[in-house]
Amino acid sequence: MSLPSYGKLADNRPRWLQQLATFIRLVKRDKGGAFGMLIVILLIFCAVFANHITPYDPSLQNLREGKTPPAWFPKGSGKVTPSWAHPLGTDPLGRDLLTRIIYGSRVSLTVGVFGVLLACSLGLIIGMIGGYLGGRVDDIIVNVINIMLGIPYLLLVVVIATVLGRSLINVILIFGITDAPVFVRVTRSVVLRARECGYVEAAVSIGAQNWRILFEQILPNLVGPIITLGTLEMSNLIFAEAGLGFLGLSVPPSVPSWGNMLNAAREYILSYPWMAMWPGFSIMITAVGMNLMGDWLRDIMDPRQRRARR
Amino acid sequence: MSNENNKTLIEVQDLKVHFYLKASGFFNRKRQAVKAVDGVTFDVRENETFGLVGESGCGKSTTGRGILQLIRPTAGSVRFENIELTKLGKEAIRCMRPKMQMIFQDSYDSLNPRHPIGRIISDPLVIHGIARRGSAELKERVSELMNMVCLNPGYVNRFPHEFSGGQRQRIGVARALALNPKFIVCDESISALDVSIQAQIVNLLQELQEQFGLSYLFIAHDLNMVRFISNRVAVMYIGKIMEMADRQTLFKSPLHPYTKSLISAAPTPNPKFERNRQRIILSGEVPSATNPPKGCVFNTRCPIAFERCSQEIPEYREVAPQHFVACHAV
Repeated sequence: MSLPSYGKLADNRPRWLQQLATFIRLVKRDKGGAFGMLIVILLIFCAVFANHITPYDPSLQNLREGKTPPAWFPKGSGKVTPSWAHPLGTDPLGRDLLTRIIYGSRVSLTVGVFGVLLACSLGLIIGMIGGYLGGRVDDIIVNVINIMLGIPYLLLVVVIATVLGRSLINVILIFGITDAPVFVRVTRSVVLRARECGYVEAAVSIGAQNWRILFEQILPNLVGPIITLGTLEMSNLIFAEAGLGFLGLSVPPSVPSWGNMLNAAREYILSYPWMAMWPGFSIMITAVGMNLMGDWLRDIMDPRQRRARR
Repeated sequence: MSNENNKTLIEVQDLKVHFYLKASGFFNRKRQAVKAVDGVTFDVRENETFGLVGESGCGKSTTGRGILQLIRPTAGSVRFENIELTKLGKEAIRCMRPKMQMIFQDSYDSLNPRHPIGRIISDPLVIHGIARRGSAELKERVSELMNMVCLNPGYVNRFPHEFSGGQRQRIGVARALALNPKFIVCDESISALDVSIQAQIVNLLQELQEQFGLSYLFIAHDLNMVRFISNRVAVMYIGKIMEMADRQTLFKSPLHPYTKSLISAAPTPNPKFERNRQRIILSGEVPSATNPPKGCVFNTRCPIAFERCSQEIPEYREVAPQHFVACHAV
């Protein structure tokens, strides 16, 4: 039997180059997503190089320059005249707010990244076991997850935080565990759907072992949804960490974090509003950036939606 | 192609595959069974194509899956080269898989869209430890297989969605052939393709059969195609075999009323015959396999049914050499 052979297609560049080109095209097409990604990249840059780009030590006190307003504020509104030495002003102890904001991104990002990593690994393992094995194991997992989701989130977090005490590790642990149910649900649903796919049956028929089917056939389906969910959840965790900090239950007060700064600024909010403004603004812009990027990732990960979005 | 003296490769005896429906109520724990395959007996010989036809939902595919132990049968026996498959454990079945393969109906669904086809074809070899992933011999074997099914070996790194339906089906064939099986279940493997592509795949299957001495269980609902490719044919209806005979006998002188009506429903390409074709039109719907009719499962739609049919299950018996029928009227 002879069949016509088709000519080679025009695009003969290596696959990774093609993928890069597609990626750049997708970034160009979606301004919101690109903006979100820019914010996230900036945030990562700030967190990583905080000690190189900030002029002061974040805990350096200078009482004489305390409560300095931001540099562009009119003169004479306080005891200290605003100057570009402290662009965003200082707190009551005279610590530079810009420096503290930049250092604060470290806590936020650490909690966000490691919290999501922990939640995601827990969710993946439990969700894959439940979805693939089914039966009684699955029933138990689903019910435990439903109970966990039924408990008011912040209340649970506050209780655990109070019991465990204030430290970065504890915060990550708390968020990693309380956020896992969302990942379990998404993983389980994807696995349930993939398990019924023809190629899974085909894998069984060629004699693939369970672990092979799980990791080689089913796991790739999870990459898209999990990356998207991870990005969105990261912004949620950063939000939640700030909330916990505001309640005084996150990292110790000596550590500069956005939540702690908000907490400290609360009593000055009428007389020195900028102290609360900057951390609040940082939290907002981070959340916006991550959500934009998450939305965009969700769309490009699903080829069917890729075309619809302009 | 083959003759009756060939050795038996697969012996299916009284195979039953029942699915249990989940109880609808919380307290009502009475389980209902769907008898998808309910006592099927036949054998497939070496180097033979055994056709299995029937309406949608009559249990053809389930029979194929039950033989390959993709669905473990509820009862009955499946002997492959005198090894009882239904008694084997999971790992033992896995070791048997190289000898029996399957070509699926939906080639789009049965190829993982995220894997390049080179990987799809080489997976069986890697899984059974015949070659390591990325080794030169594996690459060689993959291009050999691709040549066998008339695919350009230069396409190894392409993904399934970059191929046409016929090409994808040939990828499925290459994957099934990778381990040099003796027996392949073709589960409606050509039903979803264009007629010209069907011919292409069927010719390919026949060539491969001659080359490697394969046996096929050819599941289809296209009677003309089954007539063309099969040596022997069995007709199924609601989980049971109604009639089984070699191709000539079954199509020239069918005995079972259901077979007759099926054959009369298939259009013929010759307008002279087509004009004179006598249709036996069945009335009513196919009864549900959850609650099959009493007696002969076909009695509710049978044009010649009489009283005994609704009471007594007809025996599946040999009415002529190698011609089996389950009908009271024969």
